[in-house]
Amino acid sequence: MIRTEEMLLNVGPQHPSTHGVFRVVVKLDGEQIIHADPVMGYLHRGTEKLAENLNYTQIIPYTDRMDYVSAMTNNYVLVHAVETLLELEIPERAEYLRLIVMELQRVASHLVWWGTYLLDIGAMSPFLYAFREREMIIDLFNELCGARLTYFYMRVGGVKWDAPEGWIDKVKAFVAHMKEKLGEYHNLVSGNEIFLARIKGVGRYDAQTAIDYGLSGANLRCTGVDWDLRKSQPYSLYDRFDFDVITRTEGDCLARYEIRLEEIRQSLRILDQALEQFPEEGEIMGKVPRVIRPPKGEAYVAIESPRGEIGCHLVSEGKAEPYRLKFRRPSFVNLQILPKLLVGESMTNLITILGGIDIVVGEVDA
Amino acid sequence: MSEENKKRESEQASNREAEREANEQDKQQEEPKEDSSAQTDGEVHVEPSGKATPNKDAAERALENQNPAAEAKAEKHEEADKAAKAEKPDNAEKPEKKASEQAADGDDEAAAKKKAAAEARAARAAERAKKKAEEEEKPKEPSPKQPVLDRLVDILKEHAGADAIEEAYVNEASRHLPTVIVKADFWTEVATILRDHAELKLHYLRNVTGVDRETHMEVIYQLINLETKQDYAVKVKTDRDQPAVPSATPVWSTANWPEREIYDLLGVDFPGHPDLRRIMMADDWEGYPLRKDYSPADPEV
Repeated sequence: MIRTEEMLLNVGPQHPSTHGVFRVVVKLDGEQIIHADPVMGYLHRGTEKLAENLNYTQIIPYTDRMDYVSAMTNNYVLVHAVETLLELEIPERAEYLRLIVMELQRVASHLVWWGTYLLDIGAMSPFLYAFREREMIIDLFNELCGARLTYFYMRVGGVKWDAPEGWIDKVKAFVAHMKEKLGEYHNLVSGNEIFLARIKGVGRYDAQTAIDYGLSGANLRCTGVDWDLRKSQPYSLYDRFDFDVITRTEGDCLARYEIRLEEIRQSLRILDQALEQFPEEGEIMGKVPRVIRPPKGEAYVAIESPRGEIGCHLVSEGKAEPYRLKFRRPSFVNLQILPKLLVGESMTNLITILGGIDIVVGEVDA
Repeated sequence: MSEENKKRESEQASNREAEREANEQDKQQEEPKEDSSAQTDGEVHVEPSGKATPNKDAAERALENQNPAAEAKAEKHEEADKAAKAEKPDNAEKPEKKASEQAADGDDEAAAKKKAAAEARAARAAERAKKKAEEEEKPKEPSPKQPVLDRLVDILKEHAGADAIEEAYVNEASRHLPTVIVKADFWTEVATILRDHAELKLHYLRNVTGVDRETHMEVIYQLINLETKQDYAVKVKTDRDQPAVPSATPVWSTANWPEREIYDLLGVDFPGHPDLRRIMMADDWEGYPLRKDYSPADPEV
């Protein structure tokens, strides 16, 4: 008679595949997971508490550090919430600049995901390709606002810096370059048999589960739900562009992989149109009072970040600081489904499934 | 000194502050995907005054672009403008002044500045009051979402009882969001109706927020129907000393962690929650950090 017993295993908090400081306590029977308990909070900085003592411009850099892979969309959700309460008009040129950087950011974010996800499941070289192209976007941002990762670019009422001379042409050149490289990515990885064996059919769930768990972004669209806030509740200028919401019906890691790669192509489509329509001249800041005091009231706004619905619930008492500022972080909400997906899977699939959800721990913990 | 310079000065001051904060954060925070570059970012960005910024041109252009806005504002607030001019000499010359000179300025100027600021404030307040009075005179048009709200109230009253709803209004500031305040005793029932009623079908819970209102606690649930794209907000108010709101997790699985977060940071109990324990703070943490009267046991931490 062989005596067997369950084993308790800590994955993380210091483990490269958790993409930050995140821990999963798994109970194993042999190689099979029978229970998983995510433990978080290692990166909790109390952004929401800090914000209650800061004025609105000072909060923007904190949003950079929530989802540090997609700082531009975080900037936007905060200023958008304040502008909604203030009922501010944003100059067109500023809004175009915002939209262009947000779409570039989406491409950059998906590239980081693509590179690191393949690194997680054992492919080294795609990471180098992804970061080669991402570097070009980072350079564009650097030229625009002097920072490579935490941009602090948007302000209530507009943006801080206008596009330098020739910048728009550089973005156009990048878009053309990226379109070409996207084919290379597919050739390099998408049809690879080992890769397909690792992710096809893994971490599968249906649309009903996805909605019940409040998933958003590619995690929701992989089950066939046609839901993208850029189309469903258009904000900024997204109603002016022609693009598709990519959905798959398989609901597995491969579906999520395909959606994210295809979304890069859609972002490039939006960029093409936005760069064409970009106004030659104009203001980049609207008429904003020197001290921003949104009127008493509350508003919830949500936009589509690369990871899903990022929302901002702002409660104002008419003061220069928010009374309460709550961020709906897509990584935090999406991660909830992890324990459910892991039960019954083999240990090797833990990394595949966790990576497929696409979390950024700075955003999970906020 | 012109209005333009003054504007520039104040803008830079506030930016410097914000960016100093940002840099502190940078040092503390782990950036697993961009370690080395994140540090240099901070250094480049510290100089918003334009000296070492790679974007000096961009900075100047951006400031120029802001002038029309500043001018327009100046016209609007003539009173405030006058007052602002009074404080200009002190404020605008700062960059050229040395610390010793600044100290010699003495109390007189500080007092004058204070007076000017008070005058400006009074002028603004008067204008605001005038505007408000004008608004009140006009009869308010009903929100386009009023029928949606009325229908929701009817459904809830019919199925959960006439007492279930405390208040219902359209939150116009939040894109005309129909909002209902539900009594805590009825919340579980109301939640089930919201999810299952054939007309509502609110299967998707977007967000849960907890707010410490100082007199009471509020938990706000944001719901949306993915087909009709109609969204709603439901508020549940609860006592501040013994805050308890029936958990919505049995109805929407996604409420699980957000409710744990509210429990952790605001101390609201959620009876019926399957796994209510701290999620962000350590298990043995004392107090609820997001409460307005929270003071950390050790302020150094």
